[in-house]
Amino acid sequence: MTPLIQVRGLYFQYEDGTRALDGVDFTLEAGETVALFGANGSGKTTFVLHLNGILRGQGEITVCGMPLSKETLPDVRSKIGMVFQDSDEQLFMPTVLEDVAFGPLNLGSTPHEAIHLAEAALEQVGMQHAATKAPYHLSAGEKKRVALAGVLAMHPEILVLDEPNTFLDPPGQSNLVHLLKTLPQAKLIITHDTHFAASLATRAVFFQKGKLVADGSVNEVIQRFNWNYSALPADLRYSAQRRF
Amino acid sequence: MHHVHLDNWSRGRSPLHRRDPRAKILALIVFLIVLATTPANASLTLGIDAALLIAGILIAGLPLGELLLRAMVVLPFSLTFGLISWLAGDRLRALALIEKSYLSAAAVLLVVGTTSLPALLSGLERLGAPRMLVLVAQFLYRYLFVISEQAQHMRLAARSRQGDPRFHRKGRFRAAAGALAVLFARSYYRAEGIHRAMLARAFTGRFPLLGSLHFRVADGAFLLAAAAFLILVRVQ
Repeated sequence: MTPLIQVRGLYFQYEDGTRALDGVDFTLEAGETVALFGANGSGKTTFVLHLNGILRGQGEITVCGMPLSKETLPDVRSKIGMVFQDSDEQLFMPTVLEDVAFGPLNLGSTPHEAIHLAEAALEQVGMQHAATKAPYHLSAGEKKRVALAGVLAMHPEILVLDEPNTFLDPPGQSNLVHLLKTLPQAKLIITHDTHFAASLATRAVFFQKGKLVADGSVNEVIQRFNWNYSALPADLRYSAQRRF
Repeated sequence: MHHVHLDNWSRGRSPLHRRDPRAKILALIVFLIVLATTPANASLTLGIDAALLIAGILIAGLPLGELLLRAMVVLPFSLTFGLISWLAGDRLRALALIEKSYLSAAAVLLVVGTTSLPALLSGLERLGAPRMLVLVAQFLYRYLFVISEQAQHMRLAARSRQGDPRFHRKGRFRAAAGALAVLFARSYYRAEGIHRAMLARAFTGRFPLLGSLHFRVADGAFLLAAAAFLILVRVQ
């Protein structure tokens, strides 16, 4: 069976010379939910921004059997739904309904079809009551749900979520976990929250200085890198010397 | 915030709220032209125009006092020019200038307060306003709130570290200038983030339109009646 995402030898360097990705190989199969761990600046977000061609590095990327190129870009972007960390950056239209309909309209739906798709996506995330609201009237959790509806309306096969539980209170995080569990798409989740990852992911990978250095079960990866606040030695937990 | 008030006002259900935005924009343009061409000594015409405006505000169910207070935002500018005319000896022109600019501001507030921003921008676009201008207005409106919230956070952070403000005026000015630079840089990065989010949802450079406006018979009747009344008052 063809993997949903296949990445081979991906390299990327920012204009200031920073090497952000250094030969990344990665595969995502249908039905998988993969957590992306790694320190800040280790290349996680840079990596996912390559998957739908927002950033272009050297290497081979195949999405749903399509090699990523200028010609396949619109199709690839319809397959990958990306939810960004800051919902305010994603919700730019004047009303919730218009925002959720933005993707379908760009993919060629008629306004009537786009409204239908947007309403269905809002219902899927339990936000149908907010269709006519302005995005700035929503709470952080509601904004995240609407942002998710914005990509679900495009019927993607893969969901990429960049630190989805940032800015959410514990009930909001819990609601998000329940919601994500109901969605059938394969998921890539960038997160620092190991509990959040453990409750959703079937696999985890670890980024270090632009390289993908580990691939295994969530617990294996967490234990191998001590990627847990409580796993840190007590002196490091409270040390002012610790570098963030 | 100013635009939050307008946003709340625009959610009303009065007959004016229900009119197509194009009818209201065109009626506003007629009102502004009539007002601008009314002679300075035609105090009766100006009075009738003011009465018409007040009637509109009352029909729309907007808070009269608050709206008239907010229209005063133009006074610092018009008072300056009014003062120059007054000092030049043309007192009638000075008064008319202030009155006309104030009535214009109130009329604009009436239209903005009875039309949601998406409908207003959509109406402007259908009337031929440049698309880029409409988009800039849309983004400015959407992110004004976010940027002002960021500015408030930064102000709070600065105040919590500055000690007694009376002794640090120069330092405060420097901090404000720095905060402005940071705010600009953050807005720039946010713009990049928004563009990425748009690309991720298959944006190709052209903004798709969702809503469709319906110019009904009642909208035409409203526009004709308003324009006819204003022109009739003006030419008499």
